[in-house]
Amino acid sequence: MSLLRIRKPTTHKGKKILLAREPQIHEPAKNTLFIEGRKCSGPIKQALKDLYHIKKPLCKVLTRNNDISPFEDASSLEFLTRKNDCALFMFGSTSKKRPDNLILGRIFEHELLDMVELGIKYFRGLGEFKNEKIGTCVKPTLIFNGPKWNQTEELRRLRNLFIDTFHRDTVEAIRLQGIEHALSFTVTEDNTIMMRSYKILLKKSGQRTPRIELTEIGPSMDFTIRRTKLASEDLFKQSRKQPREVKVTKKKNVEPDELGNVHGRIHVGKQNIESLQTRKMKGLKKTPEERKAERLKRKVALKQAKLKESL
Amino acid sequence: MDVVQEVLEKQKRDLERYKPIIVEKHLEVRNDVGMMLCSDPNDLDEKVLKENKEDYLRELTRDNVQLLINEIWELPTERVDECIVAKLPAPTTVLPRIRKVPGPRALTKWEKFAKEKGIKKKKKDKKKFDEVLDKWVPTYGYRKADAEKQKEWVLEVPKNVDPMEDMFQKKIDVRNEKVAKNEIQRMKNIVRAKKIDAPRAGYLGPEVADSKTLRTVATVAKASTASVGKFQEKLPNEKQARGIGVKELIPGTKRKASHIGGESEKEENLALIKSILNKKPKIDVERAISLQKRDDRIERDQEQAGGGGKKKSKKGGRKGRGGAPKSGKKPKGGMGQRAVKKGGSGRKRR
Repeated sequence: MSLLRIRKPTTHKGKKILLAREPQIHEPAKNTLFIEGRKCSGPIKQALKDLYHIKKPLCKVLTRNNDISPFEDASSLEFLTRKNDCALFMFGSTSKKRPDNLILGRIFEHELLDMVELGIKYFRGLGEFKNEKIGTCVKPTLIFNGPKWNQTEELRRLRNLFIDTFHRDTVEAIRLQGIEHALSFTVTEDNTIMMRSYKILLKKSGQRTPRIELTEIGPSMDFTIRRTKLASEDLFKQSRKQPREVKVTKKKNVEPDELGNVHGRIHVGKQNIESLQTRKMKGLKKTPEERKAERLKRKVALKQAKLKESL
Repeated sequence: MDVVQEVLEKQKRDLERYKPIIVEKHLEVRNDVGMMLCSDPNDLDEKVLKENKEDYLRELTRDNVQLLINEIWELPTERVDECIVAKLPAPTTVLPRIRKVPGPRALTKWEKFAKEKGIKKKKKDKKKFDEVLDKWVPTYGYRKADAEKQKEWVLEVPKNVDPMEDMFQKKIDVRNEKVAKNEIQRMKNIVRAKKIDAPRAGYLGPEVADSKTLRTVATVAKASTASVGKFQEKLPNEKQARGIGVKELIPGTKRKASHIGGESEKEENLALIKSILNKKPKIDVERAISLQKRDDRIERDQEQAGGGGKKKSKKGGRKGRGGAPKSGKKPKGGMGQRAVKKGGSGRKRR
């Protein structure tokens, strides 16, 4: 046997840590890793910082410059995301060829799933909007404008990536007054993506549902798509496969009614009415002659059966 | 009637004071309320977008947020800690997972076997009563070794064992071996579960491996060719690994080394032909002399019996035949050996 020795954890804590690294049925929210590349200009640095503010606290920031070019070799990026337990990453860099470069990507099974390189054409940071901001840990509403989002595979994947990056966590319930952030992504005819961030103001409307007003809080950016590396159809499908436990299966014969009660239906087999014991009555009793005839009949039947057997 | 009209009018006036919450769209937007997501497939107004970008984007987004919020506000609500909470449905957008869906744990070799045979685990009692110590002793774990030490403070030396051997050390060794075996089996199970192709020869890396394992690995590697390493060049002072289990590690040792080769085959065949062609007949000198003598004698007899009867010549002929053995040796009698060359078959009967 030649194997690296795979040690068993000796402590309970160690065991728990190792178990947490295994694949889970119910996964936690994805963390985002913020990485700066070889060189990072002012706007891209500020953009990363502002995106960090939006994503707080589900993120980890690496402050040093990393000599990584993800599109050439993603292995060190995979290593860093694995070390920091992040399934999403944002990589900022600047070069003469690609100024103000932001790479969005995600990881599946410790390997790169897909990434998109975006060039920032226009940037206005959080600090440049002098108004009241939102609190942290607010689940945003995501708005995708433009017919192009659904037209090409690249944009469809990018939309999926944006949702994955900004949706925070899937929740079962939400506080109605807590909906106060809107992120909009608009794609124009020339493939420019405009990201805007708004604070939602709930105004009176004279009805139960409030009237919405928006104020821009930043950061606002315009992107162009540069290079992309999309997952193969097969891998993408595999990564989206959900465990059976999570899928909701319809329960048969169980229905709730308007009052909130749950009704179940049970199917019973057909009842044998012939053998049912009804009320005994004297008048229905058999006479001795009738009983005798019945006994004879039974005897003959028995005899015949025996004869058949012997044959 | 006046009252009703009044109320309705008042409400209408009230509504007019506020801005509307209804949004009209050419194409219906697709909302995923569980994800709080809204996709608007309607065409953008490029002209307005160029003229007044920020305002247009804000208005467009406002409309879509309004549509989403209208839908969220209609969801069933609950009151939790003085907050009104809406219950979101499950999202329809499926996002990639972080890791694969976990499958069932692979069975170990023993578990698989036990399942096939229907063997069930018997639960042992935590404590057993020990009659020697006259108390309850744990079957395993904490204080079990302690109890054993108390019980076996002296060990018997069997007759067939070297009397100077340390029986206590032997016991420890046996235990350590069992632990090591268990560890190997555990790792084998891991390999089987992860479906890794693990090499059978033990190579742990140059830092860890000793010279013996390295030599074994080199030997196995060299022998791992289609011709079982027959044509592999040898290094000066190269040593072959020997010992138990080395041959088993070499793949295909049971198969014979291929006889087909380059130079040597040609040489072998040529030698074979040479040996056949250059065969000289063997001369048995004694036999040749005797044959010559016989022929001479027959000739002489025929000359003598020029006018004589035929009987004599016949007799002489027989004599000559009988007196001429096939080889120079005389057959030995009474030894009971089978003369295989003569083609005698069957059991020797006495």
